[in-house]
Amino acid sequence: MENGDILNEMWHADGSARQPYKDFQSWFEGEDLSRLRAKQREAEDIFRLTGITFNVYGRAQAEEKIIPFDIVPRILSGREWQKLSRGIEQRVRAINAFLYDIYHRQEIIRSGRVPKEMISKNAAFLPAMIGVDPPGGVYTHIVGIDLVRTGEDQFYVLEDNARTPSGVSYMLENRETMLQMFPELFARNRVQAVQNYPRDLWRSLAASAPSVSNATPTVAVLTPGIYNSAYFEHAFLADQMGVELVEGHDLRIVDGRVAMRTTRGYHPIDVLYRRVDDDFLDPLNFNPESTLGVPGIMDVYRAGGITIANAPGTGIADDKAIYSYMPEIVEFYTGEKAILENVPTWRCSDSDSLAYVLDNLNDLVVKEVHGSGGYGMLIGPTATKKDIALFRKKLQARPGNYIAQPTLSLSTVPVFTRAGLAPRHVDLRPFVLVSPNSVNITPGGLTRVALKKGSLVVNSSQGGGTKDTWVLED
Amino acid sequence: MLGKTANGIFWMYRSLERAENTSRLVETGQRIALTRLGDTSDEWRSILQTAGVISGYDQHYDSYAGDTVIDWLLRDLNNSSSVQSVIRNARQNARLVRTALTHDVWEATNGCYMEATKHLTRKVTERDLPNVLGLVRQRAALVRGATHGTMLRNDIYDFARLGTFIERADNTARILDVKYYVLLPSMMSVGSSIDNVQWDTILRSLSANGGFRMEYGSATSPRDIAQFLILDRRMPRSLAFCANKLRENLHYLENTHGSDKPSITMAEDLVSGPLSRPIDDIFDQGLHEFTQDTLAKIAKLSRQIEIDFRFYE
Repeated sequence: MENGDILNEMWHADGSARQPYKDFQSWFEGEDLSRLRAKQREAEDIFRLTGITFNVYGRAQAEEKIIPFDIVPRILSGREWQKLSRGIEQRVRAINAFLYDIYHRQEIIRSGRVPKEMISKNAAFLPAMIGVDPPGGVYTHIVGIDLVRTGEDQFYVLEDNARTPSGVSYMLENRETMLQMFPELFARNRVQAVQNYPRDLWRSLAASAPSVSNATPTVAVLTPGIYNSAYFEHAFLADQMGVELVEGHDLRIVDGRVAMRTTRGYHPIDVLYRRVDDDFLDPLNFNPESTLGVPGIMDVYRAGGITIANAPGTGIADDKAIYSYMPEIVEFYTGEKAILENVPTWRCSDSDSLAYVLDNLNDLVVKEVHGSGGYGMLIGPTATKKDIALFRKKLQARPGNYIAQPTLSLSTVPVFTRAGLAPRHVDLRPFVLVSPNSVNITPGGLTRVALKKGSLVVNSSQGGGTKDTWVLED
Repeated sequence: MLGKTANGIFWMYRSLERAENTSRLVETGQRIALTRLGDTSDEWRSILQTAGVISGYDQHYDSYAGDTVIDWLLRDLNNSSSVQSVIRNARQNARLVRTALTHDVWEATNGCYMEATKHLTRKVTERDLPNVLGLVRQRAALVRGATHGTMLRNDIYDFARLGTFIERADNTARILDVKYYVLLPSMMSVGSSIDNVQWDTILRSLSANGGFRMEYGSATSPRDIAQFLILDRRMPRSLAFCANKLRENLHYLENTHGSDKPSITMAEDLVSGPLSRPIDDIFDQGLHEFTQDTLAKIAKLSRQIEIDFRFYE
């Protein structure tokens, strides 16, 4: 058995299965390992044929990889999910209220809960959005909240992804793959469905259409193109919603609307689900070098001619420096204490915190404020002396660029290895849809798993895999 | 649908058709090489010409040996029309237009690409050649089957068909253009065994030998072959068949796109010109002039389709 401090989600310390895994355990015990090994290979074949691939940046162009898929599901009980789900909804509502406030009266700064320079000096703050009212009042139509678990009832929010969270196609395809390979498991477990996500996504986007839109709004997905690492997902979502997948060069401004070039001429778009970063969205208003966006789209947006999902400028809400203020932000806008806890965070811009962090680098995780994807990160307990020395220099040079957090004892879920089941650390990214009148959370989400023994890094670009995530009907 | 998507679909199906046609050319060439004594470099040369890739080949090699020609046609990525290149291209276009394809068509295309990549990464040995060629054609046929069986009959399908038949008409016209002289009436009286091989080659490179036998029995005459490959509307690779399909599919697009498109007039002209007259008229006017003229018309029509349906900005 492993370290007793770490929660194993499948087994109690005495080796018996935890409640949500009881059926799975008894099924697994009756299975032949060689058959399961064959199934594991079959899963990879399904992923390759379906083309569920991603490109790793920095590798040879167009080299396509599949994210390793593990056949053991991550299982949550309905009760566990309910609490999470309440906490997520509260958090997402607060994030939207925060964004509205930050781009309007900035009450939260006036009240002193968040220091002014956290906003005004933040690169993720978009002055072009000041005073703009997004259609329906929604800023973050799609959110992914990264959660980790450290105990029976202890979940932490690791990160809020309020820009363009990815991974939802894996949530859906992982489920399809499991249904295809192990139908018998679904017959004996009552697993809540995730398959409605694309329809819910369309409804949610359509409900956020601008007032100029027809009764049935025209929705489109904007992708940077076929070489983007998440291109599969962009095509998948457009396909599943039955809408066009467009690139910047398919679009232009026609009669004050953003329109796509069809075989019959230009057709206006009401809602653009963009998977292109703010900076590349509009060469006239932002990065002039960008060829991925639409010149002038921000002007149409400000005039109410299109809904951009997520709204430009939402990055200010998932910035790692702002993250540390989330408990205050939730309380300020909802009047309630945050249901989901934040990981305790030292802001290195603060000199006392910096001193503490420099003294405890061996035990802490240090992250770049604007980094993502597990890059530019130091995990103290597993880092080499050289890495720690390097980060010490980086921290001293630009303290404001970093935050630090304690190393959490992430829970484990078993993965299927050649030798049978072996525990590996996991996180969870549930997906949330926000429309003017509802917040919709798909039961489950994407479980990412660090496939290397002992590793805490779950990112697919660095050896992470995924699992199907089940929420059971209680 | 997006202009870009129409373009992607059009080229996806053109590429698949080309993969099939090129593999058939290789198969024919190999057959001649195996059944004939003596030098076969002329035959390989005309196959390169038919495939429209001879200038690229000449830059890389200075003789027409079977194995280098086969490698150029089958695997070489420097040749943008090699089977490996066009299958990659088809798959790349399929990724681009993924939302316009059914799951079945996408999987068949991706499967075709995966299988081709598996067999074409290394040089194909003479022993493996028949299997690999068969496999490419089978996989391309699977895509076609999935297309017929699962795709809606809407504008997406029409563009897929336009791509298929532009490429197919072009291929048939090229084969006739390179081999026209063996079909000339003056050859009729000769009828040597060499001519029989040449006639057989033409028919085989269009998968037409079985169909031709069914219609005409064993009495082969170049006039009948020309009639069959140019004018027979039952023969799915004849020029008349392809032209008719092009016209049909452009007319289907009228419902959604209006009837004022120059490409429709061009397709009408293609069908109602020499392709509606007896074969002797074509011979009277000159078979070579006819094939040259047809090739030019097909290329022009293809460009007009791109313009009429806003494939590009």
